Order: sequence, then C-alpha cells, then structure tokens
Amino acid sequence: MTPVLAVRGLAYAYPDGRQALFGANLSIQRGERVALLGPNGAGKTTLALHLNGILTPGAGSVSVSGLPVTKPNLAEIRRRVGLVFQDPDDQLFLPTVAQDVAFGPANLGLRGAELEQRVQEALLAVGLPELRDRAPHHLSFGQRRRVALATVLAMRPEILVLDEPTSNLDPASRRELAEVLESLDVTVLMVTHDLPYALQLCPRSVILSDGVIVADGPTGELLADAELLAAHRLELPYGFSVV
Amino acid sequence: MALIGFVCAVVATPSLTMWPFVVQLLVLAVVAGLARLHPGRLLRGLAIEVPFVAFAFAMPFLATGDRITVAGLSVSVAGLWGAGTLLAKSTLGVLAALILAATTQRAEFVAGMQRLRLPSVLVEILSFMVRYLDVIAEQWHRMAIARTSRGFQARNPTSWSALSGAVGTGFIRAFERGERVHLAMLARGYSGALPEAIGAARAARPVEWGWAVLLVATSLTITSLSWGLA
Repeated sequence: MTPVLAVRGLAYAYPDGRQALFGANLSIQRGERVALLGPNGAGKTTLALHLNGILTPGAGSVSVSGLPVTKPNLAEIRRRVGLVFQDPDDQLFLPTVAQDVAFGPANLGLRGAELEQRVQEALLAVGLPELRDRAPHHLSFGQRRRVALATVLAMRPEILVLDEPTSNLDPASRRELAEVLESLDVTVLMVTHDLPYALQLCPRSVILSDGVIVADGPTGELLADAELLAAHRLELPYGFSVV
Repeated sequence: MALIGFVCAVVATPSLTMWPFVVQLLVLAVVAGLARLHPGRLLRGLAIEVPFVAFAFAMPFLATGDRITVAGLSVSVAGLWGAGTLLAKSTLGVLAALILAATTQRAEFVAGMQRLRLPSVLVEILSFMVRYLDVIAEQWHRMAIARTSRGFQARNPTSWSALSGAVGTGFIRAFERGERVHLAMLARGYSGALPEAIGAARAARPVEWGWAVLLVATSLTITSLSWGLA
C-alpha cells in the first residue's frame, strides 16, 4: 500500500551552511499516529517544513500518498499535508476566527456554502463553534492552539503534522487538545519532546537525533529503553516510568 | 469617507475669517455628543497635534509682510492669520479623526477601506499591522518587565544603549514573526493574494451613510457660505 508519507534519504543544510538533516528516512501508513521525538536542535522542525515543500531538500525526496513534493505539485501537497505551527499567533492572522479558518479552503478555490460548511465542520471538530466571530488575539492560548488546528482541518488534509502541540499549554488545555486529536479520523505526525503525550496519543514513535532517524518502534518500548533515551538527550519527566 | 470630506471642507475655508471654524467645531461637538464620547478622551488625543502648535507659534515671527506690535513684540500680520488658521484647521482635522477612531473598531476600519477599493496590498499591510500590533506591544511589554526585573531603570542617557539594543531586538523579533506568519500562510496554500471570499465584513447601513453625507454637506455649506461672505 502506498504510504501517506514517504521520506527517503532527506538531507538539508541551511543557507548559512549549518546542516540540519543527514539522510532521514520515514514512512507512515494511512491512519497511523506517529510521534517524532528528539531533543531541541535535532532537526524536527526542519523535517516538518520539508513535508509540505516550505523547504526544498538538499538531497533525498518526500512524497505524500505517492505524489512527490516538487514545485508543480505544491498546491495539492499543501492541501494534503496540514501543518500546525508551534505558535498559534504565527498561524492566526485574520480579524476573526471564521475568516482564519476559511483562509486555507478559500485558497483551494472553495466559495459560498461549501466554504461555510468547511468552516463549521472544522470548528465543530475542535469543539469551538461558538468562537467563530471572535478575534483570535482575544482567545486563551489553549483556544488559539485549537483554532490553529481547525484552520488546517478545514483543508481536509490526509496527514496532520503538529509541531510541539503541547508547548505552553496548561494541563486542562493539554487534555482538551488530546481529546480533540483522538476524536479525529486522520493520520498524524506529532513533532514533540513531550514524551508522556507521545505515549498517550501515538502507538508508534521515531527518534530523530543529529539529523537522522535513530529508532523506530512502539512508543512504550522506546520510552522504556533508558539507555536509548539517554543517548539522545531524551528524558521522561521526574517520577515517570513506562512499564 | 466623511472624515476626508470634512477635512477637505475645512482646509478649503478661506484663511481671513474665523467664524467658519467655530461653526465647524460646533458641528464636531454635536457629532461627538451623539456618539457619547468623553471630552477628556478627545482632548488627550489632541496631544498628537503638538508639533503643529509649535510651528504655528513660530509663524508670526518668521513670516514677512506688514508688521504690528502685540504685547511689545513685533509680529507679522500674515503670519498671525496663518498661525490662527493652521491651528484651527489642524485641530478640527485631528478632532474629526479622533472621533472616527473612537467610534470604529479597528477591524471594521480595515474592512471599510477594502470596500472602498483601496489597493489590496495597502489594505493587507494595514490589516496585518492591526492584527500584530497587540502581539508586538505585548512582547515589548514583557521585555520591559524582564529588563526592570534585572534592576534596569531608564533615568539618564547611559541607559540609552540598553534601550537601543531592546529596540533592535524588538525589530528583529517582529521581522522573524513576519517570516513565520508568511510560512504559515504558504503552508495553507497562500499564493500572493487574500481570497476575497473570506472578507465578508458588515457593510455600512443606509442610515449610517445618511449621517456621513449629512456631516459632509453641513461642513461644505459652512465653507461655501464663508467664501460667499468673505
């Protein structure tokens, strides 16, 4: 079966010469929820920005449901890959929530009732239909994170890529986001160093360290391997252990 | 629209009479009263006019022409009239702008300009400014608190280097924020123009148009009357 996401030998160096990825390989099947784990500076965000063609690989390739990420395919790739950024203030830029949620599907050419239905459906999926006419900067941080998720869901992506979805969330917002993510019927790649969250939501995890994938397996097994975690600057929070 | 009309009418008033300005001021006072605006708030907003006031005070001394003596100082007659009308015109213009700002939400203002078919690039730049002003101001505020927490006090010129560093950092952060926003837009398929379908802002109601037209008509009448009587 064609994987939803296929990354082969991906290497990338920033224009200033700093190399972030050294030949990463990753394949994700439809319906999977996978955590991409790694310490700060491992290249996680750089990898995520390759998945919808924001960055162009120095070597290697990315394809989404068989469609290679290349310039002529960018519009379709960006519909298929929904990228949720770490800071919702980077993602929400229009005067009202509804306009922001409509931005993506309107770029895809949807208009009128069809567009309105997408907005409604996405806001329902994140449980915030009542916020549609509010200004994004008046919402709580947790609400903004969920609206940012809705702006991407409105494009009905085949794979959802979340960059550090729990950063800066309080425990209640964190749980609410988890409930939303669990209710969605969509393939997920979650970039994080929040190991308990990975364990809660993702049956499978991969570890990215120094620009390559160094481990790939069931999340519980990886997190129980203290030596593996220590070798790649990953740690469970104090008092936690996986049995 | 009414703001521009009103300002044009005020600016077109002949400069050798004073009564039209008083009447225009009364018109504005009525508008402000209808909008239930607090006079103190408008007066504070007038502070923006200070540079013009300074220039207006200099005019009687700098202008040439017939001179008269007022309180022991030799001043130019043309300069006096010039200063008086400059003061009157700028005060009226600023007051009208303040009333607009106080009665219109920022998002409505941007939507209004879009409906009036201002160039879309200009409207987009303004709407981004409106959206991120709070974010950047808050960031600036946090940086200020962090500076103060480490014992910083802006008292004398030795603190300027720290402040200029902060301004520089603030600029770079705003710039980086702009880049990230752009990336996030690209990730949702942005291709150079905001789709019109999302900008469904409320249009002005006929009644509101009526009030706007009434205001401009009143001030235009005052202007033409003053030309006729001058």
